[in-house]
Amino acid sequence: MSDAGSTPAATSDGRTSAMGQFRRLRQGDLGLVPVLIGLLVLVIYFQVRNTVFLSAGNLTNLFIQATIFILLAMAETWLLLLGEIDLSVGYVSALGATFAVILLDQQFHWPWYAAILVAIATTTAIGTLQGFLIIKLRLPSFIVTLAGLLGWEGVLIFSIDRQGTGGTIPVQEKVLYDLVNANLSPLATWIFLMASIAIFCWIIIRHDQSRRSSGLDSVATWITWAKVAALIASGIVLVLIFNTNRGSFTVLHGMPYAIPVDIVMLAGASFILTRTKAGRYIYAIGGNAEAARRAGINVDRYRLLAFILTGVTAGVAGLLYASRLGGISDGVDGGNLVLLAVASAVIGGTSLFGGRGKMVNAVIGGLVIATIYNGMALIDMSAATQFIATAIVLVVAVTMDSLARRGSTVTR
Amino acid sequence: MTTPGPTNGPSTRPGPATAAGPGVDSSSLLSLRGISKHFGAVEALKHVDLDVPAGQVTALIGDNGAGKSTLIKAIAGIYEPSGGEIFWEGRKVSIHTPRAAEELGIATVYQDLALCDNLDIVENMFLGHEKTRTGVLDEIAMELRTKEVLADLSVSTVSSVRQLVGSLSGGQRQAIAVARAVMHESKLVIMDEPTAALGVSQTAQVLDLIKRLAARGIAVIVISHNLTDVFAVADRIAVMYLGNLVSSGPVANYDPASAVDLITTGESSRTAA
Repeated sequence: MSDAGSTPAATSDGRTSAMGQFRRLRQGDLGLVPVLIGLLVLVIYFQVRNTVFLSAGNLTNLFIQATIFILLAMAETWLLLLGEIDLSVGYVSALGATFAVILLDQQFHWPWYAAILVAIATTTAIGTLQGFLIIKLRLPSFIVTLAGLLGWEGVLIFSIDRQGTGGTIPVQEKVLYDLVNANLSPLATWIFLMASIAIFCWIIIRHDQSRRSSGLDSVATWITWAKVAALIASGIVLVLIFNTNRGSFTVLHGMPYAIPVDIVMLAGASFILTRTKAGRYIYAIGGNAEAARRAGINVDRYRLLAFILTGVTAGVAGLLYASRLGGISDGVDGGNLVLLAVASAVIGGTSLFGGRGKMVNAVIGGLVIATIYNGMALIDMSAATQFIATAIVLVVAVTMDSLARRGSTVTR
Repeated sequence: MTTPGPTNGPSTRPGPATAAGPGVDSSSLLSLRGISKHFGAVEALKHVDLDVPAGQVTALIGDNGAGKSTLIKAIAGIYEPSGGEIFWEGRKVSIHTPRAAEELGIATVYQDLALCDNLDIVENMFLGHEKTRTGVLDEIAMELRTKEVLADLSVSTVSSVRQLVGSLSGGQRQAIAVARAVMHESKLVIMDEPTAALGVSQTAQVLDLIKRLAARGIAVIVISHNLTDVFAVADRIAVMYLGNLVSSGPVANYDPASAVDLITTGESSRTAA
């Protein structure tokens, strides 16, 4: 979606040269191509090992598993773009969800929208507080959020144990429970996904046309139409997956509500990053904070904004997490969650060194992690193997990031 | 100290260039009168008088610590002078902040260029001054304007303005930094060591670019240690020595030998050939 990423290194006559392709590969500008190839390899491997893998039921399950990784990775992406990190995001999102679940309990019985608002307000406030300490006191984000990782886990355990329900609080409210566990009707699934795809295609086509009519270099028309065709095709595939009956005894079909939540969050975050000054400044600060400051940008304000957006995104992620688990427990492994979130973002192609990455990378990376976990479970691999496989994928991804980084400066 | 010979430039003042005359030549874009700057007990600038005419390249030369950087920072609004007056287009002004300098039309290109490698040329050109339409970045307008500015300055070596700045050569980066400086209707461009890190052909490109700026009526101040570059590009030379502006005048009044004398000792008995 970003102009910087989607506009190929076109030569002046508008065609993409082989040298340009090679340079883009070295610069890591090929974007999603390497990780998509990796994802395809994983999918083929698991499908060969177990044909259940590509069944509608399993794929829907995989998407639901991925939504948590995707949202947490998106939360992390705001900070990774600045060259910062948030280690606390797993426990912070769980803490927000904890407050929501407690407030929805019989004892308080808040309406769902108020409880959800409290959850997101909590994570946003925590993000803002941590960001404030990091920016105003010039503390390293690694340490402040490491303290957050420990501290917010403490608050989480304290809040849950105070309820005296044995360390677990179930979600007893329909809307929050249905977020992951209920589905849109097949018709609504068609309408939502096709409308989303249509809007996205319209943006791509209009972007291309306005470049062309302004006399600027643009990609060949067939590339635009190929993109549009690919989008429509993948949209239809998604609809068919979700709308296939995946129940064994009763009819179960339609898209889980969690997927539209992900899509809306992705669209909103991508819009901020690629179409607004705030997004541009986050990239600039991540690339060269001193240059951004000299260009008259209020660097501290936009760094704080990134911490706030991390908090908002983490709040949504926590709600989906609690919905999926059907409750929240004091045994939430927020440490593991945050590491998988960072891994998702980096596997998707977001740089740990700041300044490079997109929101859509978090989606692809989250899908890769979910694929590994889902597939490994299907072929009866142990938890030990799952961890090792994830580690290998992460190291490969970060190696590519590092090589791309070197490639982008070596031509100087 | 040397007394420059008869001057022949259209906008040079009669008489010795260092005379602390109160008369401000209205043909100068920027005139400094008696500018001084103290850092505690250290006197970094001592009553500096300098005239910078429009459409000419003024080379500011001097040894390390001579006060060149302090002087340009006083003009760029980073340091406030301890004393003296600054006249801009004949009008007395005070430049307290970099923003104030920018509003007058003074742009500074620092040695480290202040570019974001992870952004493309258009994004760098407009960084901090993005064009928007109903709150959304107007990429088309920014790209068109970037192409226009680069074409205006005859910067033809970049293949695409959507190229990441990190992939550009040193000379191209310098060109982008200069283009960004002049894009916002600047009347004076200050460049700190623009050729320090460049190879031979790229240096030639940047020097060409500096000449084209002057030809467009923009006043240019160039700090340089490289006398070959100075004599290749400058219309006027100003020499600083231990916080004093010891000599200034048209380039014809100097030759490399007298310039070296002035830089190292603050005076020269030689005259230009």
